[in-house]
Amino acid sequence: MIRVFISRDSTALSLGANLVADNLQKVVADKGLDIELVRNGSRGLFWLEPLIEVETASGRVAYGPVQTSDIPSLIDNGMLQGKDHPLYLGDIEALPYFKDQHRLTFARVGKTNPVSLDDYVAHDGYIGLNNALSLTPEDIVKQVTDSGLRGRGGAAFPTGIKWNTVLNAPGEQKYIVCNADEGDSGTFSDRMIMEGDPFVLIEGMTIAGLAVGATRGYIYLRIEYPHAYVALNEAIQSAYERGYLGDDILGSGKAFHLEVRRGAGAYICGEETSLLESLEGKRGLVRFKPPLPAIIGLFGKPTVVNNVISLASVPIILDKGGDYYRDYGMGRSRGTLPIQLAGNIKYGGLFEVAFGITLREILYDYGGGSASGRPIRAVQVGGPLGAYMPESQFDTPLDYESFSAIEAVLGHGGIVVHDDSVDMAEMARYAMEFCVEESCGKCTPCRIGSVRGVEVIDRIVKGIQKDKNTTLLRDLCDTMIAGSLCAMGGMTPYPVLSALNYFPEDFGINVDADAA
Amino acid sequence: MHGYDSYKQEIDDILKSHESMPGNLLPILHAIQDSLGYIPGDSVPVIALALNQSNAEIHGVISFYHYFRQTPPGKNTIRLCRAESCQAMNGKALEKYAQKQLEIDWHETTSDGQFSLEPFYCLGNCACSPALSVNNEVYGRVTPQRFDEVIASYREAAE
Ligand SMILES: Cc1cc2nc3c(=O)[nH]c(=O)nc-3n(C[C@H](O)[C@H](O)[C@H](O)COP(=O)(O)O)c2cc1C
Ligand code: SF4
Ligand code: FES
Repeated sequence: MIRVFISRDSTALSLGANLVADNLQKVVADKGLDIELVRNGSRGLFWLEPLIEVETASGRVAYGPVQTSDIPSLIDNGMLQGKDHPLYLGDIEALPYFKDQHRLTFARVGKTNPVSLDDYVAHDGYIGLNNALSLTPEDIVKQVTDSGLRGRGGAAFPTGIKWNTVLNAPGEQKYIVCNADEGDSGTFSDRMIMEGDPFVLIEGMTIAGLAVGATRGYIYLRIEYPHAYVALNEAIQSAYERGYLGDDILGSGKAFHLEVRRGAGAYICGEETSLLESLEGKRGLVRFKPPLPAIIGLFGKPTVVNNVISLASVPIILDKGGDYYRDYGMGRSRGTLPIQLAGNIKYGGLFEVAFGITLREILYDYGGGSASGRPIRAVQVGGPLGAYMPESQFDTPLDYESFSAIEAVLGHGGIVVHDDSVDMAEMARYAMEFCVEESCGKCTPCRIGSVRGVEVIDRIVKGIQKDKNTTLLRDLCDTMIAGSLCAMGGMTPYPVLSALNYFPEDFGINVDADAA
Repeated sequence: MHGYDSYKQEIDDILKSHESMPGNLLPILHAIQDSLGYIPGDSVPVIALALNQSNAEIHGVISFYHYFRQTPPGKNTIRLCRAESCQAMNGKALEKYAQKQLEIDWHETTSDGQFSLEPFYCLGNCACSPALSVNNEVYGRVTPQRFDEVIASYREAAE
């Protein structure tokens, strides 16, 4: 039977993938043809979604973007045999956007049926877990340490070191918690993994459990991702049924149990200690550190808290070895990063490459420039707490250290592009407003400072005592940076100050006179 | 039957089925909202009693999270993304347009009870901004025209 692939990824659905799938089924049935329709993840080339791929004798052939009205002509022109058509794209993996990627973590996303365990195993799934089962916990942790993997959720802390702390922490019960709160604007790689290859996350968490001696894991999933919730639960259920989860993983005598818990729309619950509070059934208030969650975490027990991509990168490391992973990247940024390109960009989507690529290459070679066709003016990397970068910084390579050297952050690898119609004073104000809205309220610089920040920016923009208020805004930012308990209050000044420093004209500030 | 009596059984069942779950408050609140559309005020003391917590603690949790609501929603909930990527693609104009078309502000419900409008901060659909969702369906690259089409399709479904 001819296999046809149409994505079930949220973004593909948001462009009508379900309508296309339904219509295809109908047209095919009317013609008495027989196909097997597979709902896969997305390849990440979103301007081509809804995308149809057909498995032919000479490989997979893609067509897109497909609207329902295109289906009759596609079928009549021999799409099911991979024939030519105005929407014909050929082998999607041969397209420039795809072929230079290093798909380690995303190797299967868009290729396989996300919730089919057989498909997962047929595409090299669970090799890492099988290897891990024959290793000591110390050796598993060593592989992860050797890989150079640093947390992909924002703080870039070495994953191996975190695991080692939990491994050595005394305690009968330990936990693995996956941070799937992905609250940053412009980021969707966690979502794409959970919808497009949930088993890789499940496998990564199971390996983490073996590594540190944790028998229970939780995925804390943001409420904004209903499709990921469905895919994860389908995958977890079949992993249980087939003995990949449970009391006796693949007959090893080792146990690992996994459950998805839904958040309830609070950005701060992405911060790891708030997340633990939330999982315990409380308000998501940030905890003082120390103690680290690695020592006293969920329900007071030693806990690994890792981001989705961090955990989903573990199976390939245990499959191919830490050295294999470490050989990608630059400096102390090892391996690959799934880059998410969003906002005002022509070719928005996700691609996975080794660290070291420059922002300019991303924006113009992959992204094709702005969607509006106007010049790109400002780019925010790393979510709402990330700095705005002007054109003069576009040659910065993606590398944690290079970014921090210019007071920017890579964060979760999400890039939001603005063209020259953007008002940067408005974006700075929004950053403060977001902090007002999302602060957990525990400390004063963040809770009160952000409210003051909005007021002061409003005064500057209105031209009320401009110099005095600009000085005040900078003081306020210093206080927030120095006096906040977590990065919510501590980093909100990044977008604000970068907007002020690189785009003073938007605040009505005379550049020559006020440059200092 | 109305008020608490009409949903007493559902809430009791939810509390019972979550009895032995560690950290069960959020799952309980979700289950109630999934089933009733909101978390009625008169369920708070019942939850508090079952969990051996104070009313104030339960109320504090409900009000902390943006997603939980204490009043019934409209038939369909529209969640409009207000975050940066959507702003970069005319999201603000879409917000104004949506409010004008529906004749409501954030957190309000249309007079015919069809639509509630909630602000959201990123739906993870940023590569196709601006984005919104209705109930659990996501829509991308939403222009005013597409907004009208989407709304119309839910109105039709209601008829
Ligand atoms: C305000 C705030 C929000 C955060 N949001 C997220 C998030 O959505 N997802 C995430 O993985 N990490 C987030 N983090 C980082 C986590 O606190 C933590 O560093 C991370 O989960 C650790 O996992 P990793 O080492 O694998 O990155 C956030 C941090 C702060 C301060
Ligand atoms: S900085 Fe803000 S979010 Fe972080 S602990 Fe303080 S009040 Fe809470
Ligand atoms: S910023 Fe709107 S969907 Fe992400």
